Amino acid sequence: MRSLPASKPYSQSQVSPTTHGHSVAHESAVKHVSGEALYVDDIREPKGLLHAAVGRSPVAAGRLRAMDLSAVLSHPGVAAVLTLDDVPGHIDIGPVFPGDPVLAAGTINYHGQPLFAVAADSLLNARRAALLAVLEIEASEPLLDPQQAIVENRTVRPVHQMQRGDASAAIAAAPLVLESQQIVGGQEHYYLEGQAAMATPTEDNSMLIHCSSQHPSEVQKLVAEVLDRPIASVTVEMRRMGGAFGGKETNAAQWSCLAALLAHKTGCPVKLRLPRADDMMMTGKRHPFANHYRIGFDPQGQLLGADITVIGDCGCSPDLSDAIVDRAMFHADNAYYLPAAKITGHRAFTNTVSHTAFRGFGGPQGMMIIERAMDDIAREVGKDPLDVRKLNLYAAPDRNTTPYQQKVESDTLPRLITELEHSSDYRVRRAAIRQFNADSSVLKKGLALTPVKFGISFTVQHLNQAGALIHIYTDGSIQLNHGGTEMGQGLNTKVAQVVAEVLQVDLNRIQITATHTDKVPNTSPTAASSGTDLNGQAALAAATTLKQRLSEFLAEKHGLAVAAIRFHNNRVYFGADSINFTELAQQAYMARVSLSATGFYRTPKIHYDRSTASGRPFFYFANGAAVSEVLVDTLTGEYRVSRVDILHDVGRSLNPALDIGQIEGGFIQGMGWLTTEELRWDNAGKLLTTGAATYKIPTAADIPAIFNVALLQDQANEEATIYHSKAVGEPPLMLAISVWSALRDAISSLSDYRISPALDTPATPERVFWAIRHTEQAYTAKPAAQPLSEGPQP
Amino acid sequence: MIRFLLHDNPHQIDEIAPTMSVLDYLRTSLGQTDCKEGCAAGDCGACTIAIGSLGETGIHYHAANACITPLASLDGRQLLTVAHLREQRQDATAEQDLHPVQAAMVNCHGSQCGFCTPGIVMSLFCWWHAVKRGELTADRHSIETALSGNLCRCTGYQPILKAAVQALAADEEDQFLARESQLFTQLQAQQANSSSCQGPLGHFLLPTSLGELNTLMADNPNAQLIAGATDLGLSFTQQLQSAELLIYTGRVAELQRCEQCEDAIHVGGAVTYSRALPLLRQAFPSFANMIGRLGSLQIRNQGTLAGNIANASPIGDSPPVLIALNARLQLSSCSGNREVAISDFFSGYRQTVMRSDECIVSIVIPTLKNGEILKVYKISKRVEDDISAVCMALWLRCDNAIITEIRLAFGGMAATPARAMLTEQALLNRPFDDLSINDAKQALMLDFSPIDDVRASAAYRLAVAGNLLKRAQLEMSNTANIDLFSLADSGASHHA
Repeated sequence: MRSLPASKPYSQSQVSPTTHGHSVAHESAVKHVSGEALYVDDIREPKGLLHAAVGRSPVAAGRLRAMDLSAVLSHPGVAAVLTLDDVPGHIDIGPVFPGDPVLAAGTINYHGQPLFAVAADSLLNARRAALLAVLEIEASEPLLDPQQAIVENRTVRPVHQMQRGDASAAIAAAPLVLESQQIVGGQEHYYLEGQAAMATPTEDNSMLIHCSSQHPSEVQKLVAEVLDRPIASVTVEMRRMGGAFGGKETNAAQWSCLAALLAHKTGCPVKLRLPRADDMMMTGKRHPFANHYRIGFDPQGQLLGADITVIGDCGCSPDLSDAIVDRAMFHADNAYYLPAAKITGHRAFTNTVSHTAFRGFGGPQGMMIIERAMDDIAREVGKDPLDVRKLNLYAAPDRNTTPYQQKVESDTLPRLITELEHSSDYRVRRAAIRQFNADSSVLKKGLALTPVKFGISFTVQHLNQAGALIHIYTDGSIQLNHGGTEMGQGLNTKVAQVVAEVLQVDLNRIQITATHTDKVPNTSPTAASSGTDLNGQAALAAATTLKQRLSEFLAEKHGLAVAAIRFHNNRVYFGADSINFTELAQQAYMARVSLSATGFYRTPKIHYDRSTASGRPFFYFANGAAVSEVLVDTLTGEYRVSRVDILHDVGRSLNPALDIGQIEGGFIQGMGWLTTEELRWDNAGKLLTTGAATYKIPTAADIPAIFNVALLQDQANEEATIYHSKAVGEPPLMLAISVWSALRDAISSLSDYRISPALDTPATPERVFWAIRHTEQAYTAKPAAQPLSEGPQP
Repeated sequence: MIRFLLHDNPHQIDEIAPTMSVLDYLRTSLGQTDCKEGCAAGDCGACTIAIGSLGETGIHYHAANACITPLASLDGRQLLTVAHLREQRQDATAEQDLHPVQAAMVNCHGSQCGFCTPGIVMSLFCWWHAVKRGELTADRHSIETALSGNLCRCTGYQPILKAAVQALAADEEDQFLARESQLFTQLQAQQANSSSCQGPLGHFLLPTSLGELNTLMADNPNAQLIAGATDLGLSFTQQLQSAELLIYTGRVAELQRCEQCEDAIHVGGAVTYSRALPLLRQAFPSFANMIGRLGSLQIRNQGTLAGNIANASPIGDSPPVLIALNARLQLSSCSGNREVAISDFFSGYRQTVMRSDECIVSIVIPTLKNGEILKVYKISKRVEDDISAVCMALWLRCDNAIITEIRLAFGGMAATPARAMLTEQALLNRPFDDLSINDAKQALMLDFSPIDDVRASAAYRLAVAGNLLKRAQLEMSNTANIDLFSLADSGASHHA
């Protein structure tokens, strides 16, 4: 540039410093509340935009013999229909393994599967036209039961096993043995913004994609592959998602691919936004699981051996299911030491949409089986379940090896649980609840404390990398880009705080930009709670490079040591003098110092050998615990969650308000998963719960009247994570297992805490009702069958 | 032609498809994208708008779902979306010109992904106005009610509840209170007698008198009546149906009656649940509690009791109650008026005895006399905004602890809302005790053969229906500690 901009001072922000450790508001908060934040469907539409809709399969299994799309094509406003024949490149868009055709390729694997797409001048015309196809389908009997699938050996990936010690021998030698099955339901993501993508053809046969995806680089690659173009000819821009929760990790790609294929065919920009019912039919959910345990333990309730089997209902293709079932296996111990363990994980095929990532990624489903076991042991030995849980926690030095040989190096959880036990008044309330239940015939109370230990890192090692790109401009403003994506979690805010901290500037100097595949390439998905850990470190590296360059420049100019240069509060100090950040940027520019830098990060220490199922798959563990109290109506099975206390470990928090937001939101989402959110398919494999009218996520009235959430203090991450913080995206979801456990506690009170009731999830009022019935009947049948004189000791 | 105020600007539309929703109009015709589509079915609240109506002295705002509100029904009203809330002050920065509700949402970290946020802000805006006007108490219950139709998947709601409280803390007016008289005058100027929006895309007619309505219905046998559009709206957005002629009942003066006359309550055919609620609460607290859980606030603000009845859905929540209360329906057409007992109204699955040229003018609900008791229960997976698995309404008269008269009706147990005649017989002329209840439970199995569906199994429906009789009996005998909701909300176990 020929002349420099006038150096205008940046207004000091109200809260200074606005760097890490402070509860800065979400970078888009003002735009959110005023409706100015733009999502894909809000972007000003390009001239000639066509709107796309998808034609669906009316059966769950069969062969697609023929499609007559003439009526579709002749519907008013229709510009083009797209079938597999129009795909110039790859047909399969499976993210890891093949199995996900962009449109059904002969075989139909689930009800609602996309068969063709149509582009029209309006969304209404496209949707109406898509209903007019004449389909010739040879339907076959769908396979819908994952346990039956295992019997028939129909799986999407081979079975996998982890073993440490001889579990069978340990159980055989144990004084007490229990065995049970736990069905864990799936979950619809219900991100408020449905799937959406817009493809705009650009020159050189290139394509610009706007989408709502956690993984822009994968969208870029898959769009390139279906178009048979180099990856470099596709650019993906992703500013923000209106919620994702894992549902836009792989499942966002198909709509970008279809929009790009239609744009390629028509030469027009094409937008594909799924209506809610289509979204719920066509995108994967949290895997339902059927889990089983056989455990041996001593009369104190200490585990001696565990043989655990988890069966993930993967739906019709592998998608991410191998890693998801692995993570269920990695978390089948949760926080407890298994002296001898065999953990088996099956990947069942069913004729449903392919189930996919969802906050926790199999971990929650795995944890459910061992938490089930803890409650069951407690009833068996006549102890308070909390005491059984505490007895079985990992503990150094000899009770801290996981079934996959990683050591649990920190003793955070015992301390955290003790603190929470006191702050929540657990023992006093336990006694009060026993009294209440003795006096109350219709309403019963339940209480439970459950912990969470969640492994942080992608278990697929190469994904644990990230890049960032920072530019300083000559007016002192800073543009920040990184490979992560913003889905509401506040990633951009936290990463900006990191950069502000390094360069010691106010946050309002830093312009956060959309994720762009042409700025930071080859990125990993924003998933596995790793967004800040990875991208924060990459941005730290880029900002440190720039700081170093500026320091060296200033040191050389003034004949000082680089160590004598200090950045503080928007100024840079050298010797007795100082200069404001903008002036320094201008001087550096004039002296031809590069003001742009990339940063890169890869997580250290992690390794894992799947063939031996051993290693250190996780950089560290995130911890937390929750105490939930419920009130149950034994006449109807209706219940309320009346109080929840949470203590959670986020290491040294980068932003306490955002972290608490993740904890509260994750907890309530987990509570919905385990209580009211019920996915129902009919016997033909058709999803019945295709909207919020039948699929019930929590409302404001469902949250506990008392909801205390605190961060564990003075607990910096021992590992060298970004400012020694800890990941927080997924772990809090599993705190909600305490609600389910408290429901079981309330029901168990009907047997004077002798019977540990089966309660599959979601624990709808109906399931709670039947659990009450069965418990009452079993207790009436044999109240004295177990020689235990007392229930849990207060 | 229809006219309304878009924020503070008069807006006129000459012709439009009758099924055009407010949401589609905003987003596609005006390019105003602050209003979000989350479900297009009135379930999620992301598209919540505030609709302003002329009250006696000022403008009353209510929250509604833009996705299923017909654009033409805005005639004579004011439409506010979240984009209209910021104060138009020259000197203000981006943060400073926020509405108190918006500022509190930022301050309390009430948004994460931000997609539901415009709808949340609009619901809280309407709540904030009602509180400022003294129409509502600012307690947790009223905030939860205000948010009953707004789903947030990120925050867990806690910061949003805090934001509501904080938004009230500042003792300030917003632009709408400050300029109320000016806006009032502007809105008055938008009022017209009967309006219509007609053209090749179809017709939307807004008659203002019953005579006019009857004539239109007689002349147009294929016309569809539309009141709150909370059900019919879904046929447009979900089933993609079109409609050539919609007749809107909301402007018909005779259908707006809502009052108590001697021994009955009269609820007009176009009276929304929200408007009927205060009167119902006085006369039938148990009924009102259930209506308070019917749909969401957005749905109750638009939907009508008459619509719930005319729909004849087997899972409509109000018909069982009205059957138990022996309500009567006043029907009107060009060929005259007639009165039908609600128990005679439903003739089959989604079938009624109402002719296509008739409309419900009023629902007449006899009030309770001494010795008469009404108990209403709704069982659903979720407390707020969920369709009942079972809905039970029990009306009875006791003399000397003997049931001398009884009407027991259920929703969710049969193809129509229906009375449990054999169960009634099992209880009649007996004390309401465990013995008679046990017999009643047996009779229920003969009265009904419910089905398994998404909401519940047949076995659960039958078992719970019986237990609800037990619950009614426990409540009537003033047993302590049996009210799940009040006990849970009063807090968890404290120190012993």
